[in-house]
Amino acid sequence: MIEVILITVSVLGTIGLIAALVLFITAKFFTVKEDPRIAQVNELLPGANCGGCGFPGCSGMAVACVKAADEGSLGDLKCPAGGNECMQKIAALLGVEAKEQATRVAVVRCNGTCENRPHVIKYDGAMNCRIAHSTCQGETLCQYGCLGCGDCVNACSFGAIKINNETGLPEVDYDKCGGCGSCAKSCPRNIIEIRLVDKDKTGMVVECVNNDKGAAAKKACSSACIGCSKCVQVCGSDAITVENNLAYIDAEKCTLCRACEEACPSASIRMIGQPRKTIIKKNNVAPAKKAENDTNTAKEVKTTNIRPYPSPIKISFDAPLLPSQQYMLAGVIDLTPLAQSTVSDNQSQSKAHNYDAPLLPSQQILLGK
Amino acid sequence: MNKLKLSLSPHIHGGDSVRKNMFGVCIALIPALICSFIYFGLGAIAVTSVSVASCVFFEWAINKYMLKNPKSTITDGSAILTGLLLAFNMPSNLPLWIVVIGALFAIGVVKMTFGGLGCNLFNPALAARAFLLISFPVQMTDWPIVGQTFTTIDGVSGATPLAIMKAAIKSKNADMLSDLPDAWNLLIGDTSKFLFNDGPLGGGCLGEVCALAILIGLIYMLVRKIITWHIPVSILLSVSVFTGALHLINPMYADPISHILSGGLMLGAVFMATDYVTSPMTKKGQIIYGIAIGLLTVVIRTWGAYPEGMSFAILIMNAFTPLINNYCKPKRFGEVVK
Amino acid sequence: MKTFKIGGIHPAENKLSAASPIKVAELPKVAVFPLGQHIGAPAKAIVQKGDKVKVGQMIAEANGFVSAHIFSSVSGTVLKVDKAIDASGYNKPAIYITVEGDEWLDSIDRTTQLVRLEDKPELTDKDIIEKVKNAGIVGMGGACFPCHVKLSPPPGTKPEWVIINAAECEPYLTADHRLMLEHADEILVGVTLLMKAVNVSKGFIAIESNKADAIKIMQEKASAYKNIEIIKLKTKYPQGGEKQLIDAVVGRQVPAPPALPVSVGAIIQNVGTAYAVYEAVMKNKPLIERIVTVTGKSLENPSNFLTRLGTPMSQLIDACGGLPEDTGKIIGGGPMMGKALLSTDIPICKGSSGVLIMNEKEASRIEPTNCIRCGKCVDACPMGLEPYLLSDCSELQLWERSEKEDVISCIECGSCQYTCPANRPLLDYIRLGKNTVMGIIRSRNTK
Repeated sequence: MIEVILITVSVLGTIGLIAALVLFITAKFFTVKEDPRIAQVNELLPGANCGGCGFPGCSGMAVACVKAADEGSLGDLKCPAGGNECMQKIAALLGVEAKEQATRVAVVRCNGTCENRPHVIKYDGAMNCRIAHSTCQGETLCQYGCLGCGDCVNACSFGAIKINNETGLPEVDYDKCGGCGSCAKSCPRNIIEIRLVDKDKTGMVVECVNNDKGAAAKKACSSACIGCSKCVQVCGSDAITVENNLAYIDAEKCTLCRACEEACPSASIRMIGQPRKTIIKKNNVAPAKKAENDTNTAKEVKTTNIRPYPSPIKISFDAPLLPSQQYMLAGVIDLTPLAQSTVSDNQSQSKAHNYDAPLLPSQQILLGK
Repeated sequence: MNKLKLSLSPHIHGGDSVRKNMFGVCIALIPALICSFIYFGLGAIAVTSVSVASCVFFEWAINKYMLKNPKSTITDGSAILTGLLLAFNMPSNLPLWIVVIGALFAIGVVKMTFGGLGCNLFNPALAARAFLLISFPVQMTDWPIVGQTFTTIDGVSGATPLAIMKAAIKSKNADMLSDLPDAWNLLIGDTSKFLFNDGPLGGGCLGEVCALAILIGLIYMLVRKIITWHIPVSILLSVSVFTGALHLINPMYADPISHILSGGLMLGAVFMATDYVTSPMTKKGQIIYGIAIGLLTVVIRTWGAYPEGMSFAILIMNAFTPLINNYCKPKRFGEVVK
Repeated sequence: MKTFKIGGIHPAENKLSAASPIKVAELPKVAVFPLGQHIGAPAKAIVQKGDKVKVGQMIAEANGFVSAHIFSSVSGTVLKVDKAIDASGYNKPAIYITVEGDEWLDSIDRTTQLVRLEDKPELTDKDIIEKVKNAGIVGMGGACFPCHVKLSPPPGTKPEWVIINAAECEPYLTADHRLMLEHADEILVGVTLLMKAVNVSKGFIAIESNKADAIKIMQEKASAYKNIEIIKLKTKYPQGGEKQLIDAVVGRQVPAPPALPVSVGAIIQNVGTAYAVYEAVMKNKPLIERIVTVTGKSLENPSNFLTRLGTPMSQLIDACGGLPEDTGKIIGGGPMMGKALLSTDIPICKGSSGVLIMNEKEASRIEPTNCIRCGKCVDACPMGLEPYLLSDCSELQLWERSEKEDVISCIECGSCQYTCPANRPLLDYIRLGKNTVMGIIRSRNTK
């Protein structure tokens, strides 16, 4: 009996010793020397591997940080997701100074809620924005706006963006968003902008990316930017430019006076985090008649509360509208193509449009050759 | 007019559905089910109904209370199928609480933990059988002989053909194989003996006593195009070739016909190995999978500790299925064979 | 009976309009011509608002080699050059023409007299290609590839056969079927022209077995042409896929992209293209009209129309008894590969082989469930791919793996999705994967 035990013990012991030896040799000769600081920096990073820093994942960023620190400063390295706090910790660990980084967040530049932008078609394919984008212009008549299939939601590693079922649009949780840009990359229509904001994560945003001319844009969405330039006129700091029938607010120049928000006739300018506005037409009369009506009575602004807001928003349209604007605001949504619209000119052709709807199979084979 | 629908092509669908396939297999199981009711009577009915009911219940409960999935998946028929197959793998005198444990293991551990239908790595019914066989070896190998219609537990048990084969190998005595029922009896499941009361009756699990009923099920599934012939045929062929070779070398190994018709081989080859989720996707892969199952079964039956090797062979090959899928690609159109 | 080797399905044929003779559709009030109705660069408009045009007059010229001219199919005044929603579902530039009367260019021969190749012995291959190019002919099967590009094979390849695709494997569509029944002679002359254009001595016309009457007529008429053979194909989808057709007819398989069919010696043209080539070369008539099947189960009167291009689909639907109440989907083309349309106001283009009205029940996709890994998509794939895997790779954005699994070989026939018991949108994702991988390959090649 004892013999058996002895044999067992000695055999197992030998195996153990051999294995230990192999491990020792491997550890000794094949070891990869890594700076211990890399692991420490990696610990400090959020670990979501969002790629917002420009490196493939947090470990890549950690290596870059240590390398930069050895050269004297962290330079322009930044972790958008972790923010300044994270970078300062890393800088402290590595004994260098960290630059104060501007805060950026993702903003969804579309106010095409179900009420603003009626759905005339039912998209029945796979719930994926890029597939929906290649199918058609979407469920609405707007070929620029949000498709609402939630690619950005899937792309976000921080759970900071969610589709609001009521509006059908993604909404960003600014407590969680660090502006890493994953959502912006995932959006096939470039609706999401990684925008410079002030420290409280506020700023003014034109919530529209529709490049169409006023009439067409308005037909698709009552909250579309029609490029009327009213915001440009009221802006005291020259922050707003209108290009391709679309206003854009320069975040660096914007003083957050909110004059543009008041002036916008289609409620497409909004302050980040404030309630969404919906334009409701009171009576849906025929467009021709409507255009003759008094322009000021036709609409009312409804707000959908997201965060409590101190005072209710009131938008008044005192300035008389141009004839073309009257037409635009009164447009009813229907499927009649532009064949029947009276607006026409040849300039539209020269406008550069980027259609990235996918090509047909044979097209690709040919072009890819 | 309603809103127009919009999607990419194709705009029509063949009308095939998961439910059709699952209930198709259930229908194919009916002949075998009826046979088992005739042979094992009340015991079989009790085991089958408890097994199906508990499988369905566990799937529903796990889906609702653990996965919090608002959509119930029990209507797709996969839980019913698992319940039936599980029952087919158990003796009719099994205490019903063991059946419930088996169902819990099959659905709760093997299927739902991986994400439900389509995601499981192993065949739930077989994994549950293996689990029960290891956990309750006495109850699970106490085979009642057929014909005890009104006894549920405490029935008279008898030796299965596989036990006879194993005994013959152990004692290295080919004469012991003469106790094996003849091929006809194995095929139709002791019917003549049962009807005319002549000779000793064999025993076994619910589903494995009548090979003929299973063959009817196989034909039904082939006609309905629920499965293709590749897996069952490759299993049966590899088993017969391998056992035939062994039989020729030494007659103490049973002949191929007895091997194929006895035990769970038929049941396994037709209903277990062909499980969509755990079998390879390509035809080439399916044939490799079938041949490997046949070989493993014979190896376990002949040299292993257990008399039956089908379930373990299938479970082992289930584990290899992803690998087979990875390496067995269908021949691409226009591919030049190098 | 010949067929392709791998995969394939057999959807319900539903050739509702097969017995209805081709009717001439009425002229539209306003005809709309999208500038990009073919593969390649969109054409360039050469008319302006207010210009007067006649039938057959060029209104937009090809913009590059892979492009095609567009001709006015009506006479009248150019209303505007603006945008219109086309079959792609996006607003794209188009020419609008208000129809006034029906005045044709004098150069077009409008008689129905058959002109054979023997009657014009002076025609050379270059002449034919030039005429095809100047008539703006594109592949009429739906892919709309400019015909003259196909007839000018890249250097290093030698065409051996011309194969005429008359399989019409898509369910519902009958345009090619009716064309063969009513214009068999013209088609055969068209085939001889195509053969002459690429200097080959053998031509095949491949017809699926479900068009027995067309096979019979074509065989009778083709007996006069000793180098044209009628091939009977098994009724199976996608028999009319370019690669499948070559496999079925001559038994050669085109290698994976970027190889072209001509690399195995075959030039494939649709039967409608053959007819258009005949009209262009022998009758001097550019591509201004085509046969369109307007069909659907709930449509009162499914028919085939000879339609001027630019006619809004709604007009054809009205001629068939109006849009049914329960319409759920309007498809341009067949149900397997056609595009769902946003509205009925989209004009008929060069590649519109049919308009299919689906009722609500047919049109709805069933909600997908988990993949049960049954492998039916693998069996159905005519290209020998693994659709379940490709679809998963796209969903998980594993583009490199997709490329390794030959996603670019996919011909987007939809067989996988048709068979899927779990109703998974396989092709939606595979197409996404294919497009992305194509983009990756393209950017890698340009580097």
